[in-house]
Amino acid sequence: MQIQSDYKNGVLYMRLSGEVDEHNAVAARSRADQLADRYATCERVIFDLSEVSFMDSTGIGFLIGRYKRFRRYGVPVYLMNTTKAVDKILEMSGVYTLMPKM
Amino acid sequence: MKNYMKLELAAIGENESFARSAVAAFALCLNPSLAELSDIKTAVSEAVTNAVVHAYGKESREHSLWIECRADGDEDGGVLHITVTDGGCGIEDVERALLPFYTTLENDERSGMGFTIMQTFMDGFSLESERGKGTKVTMLRYIGREKIPNEKNQDAVKERTDA
Ligand SMILES: Nc1ncnc2c1ncn2[C@@H]1O[C@H](COP(=O)(O)OP(=O)(O)O)[C@@H](O)[C@H]1O
Ligand SMILES: [Mg+2]
Repeated sequence: MQIQSDYKNGVLYMRLSGEVDEHNAVAARSRADQLADRYATCERVIFDLSEVSFMDSTGIGFLIGRYKRFRRYGVPVYLMNTTKAVDKILEMSGVYTLMPKM
Repeated sequence: MKNYMKLELAAIGENESFARSAVAAFALCLNPSLAELSDIKTAVSEAVTNAVVHAYGKESREHSLWIECRADGDEDGGVLHITVTDGGCGIEDVERALLPFYTTLENDERSGMGFTIMQTFMDGFSLESERGKGTKVTMLRYIGREKIPNEKNQDAVKERTDA
């Protein structure tokens, strides 16, 4: 699981790729939080999930954890390019009510 | 055709990816659709991750988990049985553990949705656990023509015939 970031016009894009599981999430978590702290003044954050090849319930915890981190800074979080498999997991767990799809 | 496999693995995070890929590769003998494979991988990942993070605490590296799969069918589909077993601490309150969003490891960003995902992604599920002895998760998935006729399964059948 990798994270690539891109900052444009007040928007922080975080593109997740690879397999999101418990083992892989550890490094990605601290990387994402470093970015959160660095871009604490951005207007919003968008997670791009198009390159996620696998996700289990770790993805729910990961996204909600980042949502809470950004909420400290008053920054709203959005999700984009979710695959069918990712949709199935995030929808059933209510993640889209916290982080809308765009 | 009847087919089976048995695996013993170290209960370590590095094996989560291997375990779900191994079961997916085994399931190929029933010619599943991509959506069916994705469901199976996710459910196996949940069960294996639980054995890694919950069963043995910090000594997980010293212990094993076991996966058994049986396939009954052919290239038109069939039934896949999967069990994931550990010899760990067991679950104190099984009914409670099954509730959506219930987790004993909230600080580690566990979501508590593992068992809910196993139950919704598979066609059969059961959980046996004894304190101090271990935990066994049994799952069943119909693939292809064997599917029980409901809406979700019709989609999978259609996807296979379109492919
Ligand atoms: N193999 C296991 N050994 C011991 N306890 C387990 C095991 N699997 C699950 N549990 C318990 O059941 C709870 C719910 O599991 P689950 O739904 O997968 O959520 P999560 O893994 O996110 O906590 C866990 O928090 C844990 O307390
Ligand atoms: Mg779990």
